[in-house]
Amino acid sequence: MSDETKTGLNSPLRRKLLMGMAAIPALTMLPRTSFADVPATSAVNTTGLAVTDTEVTVGILHSVTGTMAISETGSVQAEKLAIEQINAAGGVLGRKIKFVQEDGASDWPTFAEKAKKLLVNDKCAAVMGCWTSASRKAVLPVFEQYNGMLYYPTFYEGLEQSKNVIYTGQEATQQIIAGLDWVNKTKNAKSFYLLGSDYIWPRTSNKIARKHIENHLTGCKVVGEEYFPLGHTQFNSVINKIKLTKPDVIYAIIVGGSNVAFYKQLKAAGIDLSKQTLLTISVTEDEIDGIGGENIAGAYACMKYFQSLDNPNNKAFVEAFHKMWGPKTVIGDVTQAAYLGPWLWKLTVEKAGSFDVDKIAAASPGVEFKGAPEGYVRIHENHHLWSKTRVGRAKADGQYELVYETADLVEPNPFPKGYQ
Amino acid sequence: MFGDYSLSDLGAIFAMQGFAGLILFSVYVLMALGLAIIFGQMGVINMAHGEFMILGAYVTWMTSNFFQSYLPSLFAGYFFIAMILAFLASGALGMLVEWALIRHLYKRPLDTLLATWGLSLILQQAYRSIFGAREVGVELPQWMLGSKQVTDTIEIPINGMFVMALTVLITLAVSYVLFWSRWGRQVRAVVQNRVMAGAVGINTEKVDRYTFGLGCGIAGIAGSAFTMIGSTGPTSGQLYIVDTFLVVVFGGAASLFGTIASAFSISQAQSTMEFFMSGSMAKVLTLLAIVAILMVRPQGLFALKVRK
Repeated sequence: MSDETKTGLNSPLRRKLLMGMAAIPALTMLPRTSFADVPATSAVNTTGLAVTDTEVTVGILHSVTGTMAISETGSVQAEKLAIEQINAAGGVLGRKIKFVQEDGASDWPTFAEKAKKLLVNDKCAAVMGCWTSASRKAVLPVFEQYNGMLYYPTFYEGLEQSKNVIYTGQEATQQIIAGLDWVNKTKNAKSFYLLGSDYIWPRTSNKIARKHIENHLTGCKVVGEEYFPLGHTQFNSVINKIKLTKPDVIYAIIVGGSNVAFYKQLKAAGIDLSKQTLLTISVTEDEIDGIGGENIAGAYACMKYFQSLDNPNNKAFVEAFHKMWGPKTVIGDVTQAAYLGPWLWKLTVEKAGSFDVDKIAAASPGVEFKGAPEGYVRIHENHHLWSKTRVGRAKADGQYELVYETADLVEPNPFPKGYQ
Repeated sequence: MFGDYSLSDLGAIFAMQGFAGLILFSVYVLMALGLAIIFGQMGVINMAHGEFMILGAYVTWMTSNFFQSYLPSLFAGYFFIAMILAFLASGALGMLVEWALIRHLYKRPLDTLLATWGLSLILQQAYRSIFGAREVGVELPQWMLGSKQVTDTIEIPINGMFVMALTVLITLAVSYVLFWSRWGRQVRAVVQNRVMAGAVGINTEKVDRYTFGLGCGIAGIAGSAFTMIGSTGPTSGQLYIVDTFLVVVFGGAASLFGTIASAFSISQAQSTMEFFMSGSMAKVLTLLAIVAILMVRPQGLFALKVRK
């Protein structure tokens, strides 16, 4: 991918930075008249990040090649849109955002390498990136060692918290518990069949779901729990098992290509989702594109954002997104969460009055973004977001229809007691 | 687990489970046929097999869109045309690849593994650039969706029956072509003794090209059929490649009958075990069993005696 900034001692950026630093003593003596209301670079950037008087560099680190490109494309698009909008509105502390994009290529060591490049060579003030937990785990030590700031968009399994990461997606308890309570109350569901792809997120999530079902919902039980290798394409046997056990709710956390096979085969096997309740936390509008709306119509999904949300923020967001990326592009939960990243960073920088990572990390708790397409979000002390949880019902046209949302914001709880 | 069920319920489930196994069997045969021809007859390890399948899937997707926009009245039957187009597209690409890449590597069979692996990466990225990174949804005509109610409790998926019928048809066609047609005799002659076949006037280069094209074309049909049961995206081909090689190697590389027998045993083992334990565990046990059997019979279930 593009290496927009050259490295090495002779790079113009580096030289400019050095000159800037050399000029710090002189600058402090001058009255600040030269930049009108734009604060001096020396004042807002004390750690040598790529900040000039007119520009600030951030990184975008997602897979645009390899298996994960399917999922991460939307995030890249959302982040670019947010950056463009922020620049159009005057930038951050009077500086336009310039981005350096790197390709993680669906390969975790590559993610770590590129993260290091973005922090060490490009001196990015913040990085928007990663999608899978594996890629986040790979870059985490890099961000902690070089003191970078990562805005991570995906809903994930929790059990993590770092000074150097802001998690703009929901952690597992936010997404799971509200949905289970809802289906228990409105559908009078008592028996649950848990399904998942075989890796950390579905396993951790189903563990939380099982604990909640068995310990917190009265008279409810789990009648089956199954995992399939990533990329599994044959679900006829488990569908027969589901027919045999007749659960009130199929709780499915299947990802990737398997998803498509699962819903197509479910439909082909004659399981009618308008009669059989199915609740998923892994199918966003992006996935429905591949599954086909007619195959999943009637299923319920529990997450924090749907493209169809009816509020002014979201209407403007969807319109801008379609204008930039084409009217047919769908927007899923993670895409929206990725859009929050640059905005939250901008708001935090302005609150802290500085680009310094330490100050941003400290200023993050309490930062609120009222323009969020999902409505309103606020950063918690644990660097996750307070957000509402919603349940939507899939329609044949590939969109979700909102059927429930929590009255209040749900507190993020990445280390839930009694659920581990 | 069966305590609370009546006998008729159980009977129905076992009938459906039997069908699930047969459907899986058909899927495996369809996946593996093209590869069995290429690997078995030519000794080429085609790692790009999955990508040839996905080309077929994309052709189906494009045909479906075309019919929806221009010939909506004929939409119900588009799938048959799509399969023919998929065969032609994948076959043509296969012949091109054979001409440009494979024929230079016949004397170095292990290098074909690397070359076709590279080809698969190139094709994946090409699909991503042309069709986009997101998966596409192939819309099917109404009659192919849902299931057929056989009795009150037994339901058979229509797409499964379609795949089964298609598999029988293609297997018959391939065995006719290979064992009874003149061209098939030439193919087998080339396999048994390339030099001698050339000496009696068989154009071995042409035979190679068409054999490779046929194998890829069948992969295209398989890909087209799999739009009914699986995903269509740039990397979806990777979902099938391991199972495909498993079936071909386990069956004995050069034997068409072996491929079918191995598809049958693997699919039955897999679907039965999946019913009694978790999907991941079933896969592990299936693979273990195959490894154990291959240790005893490294040549696979059925080996053809060929004078080397």
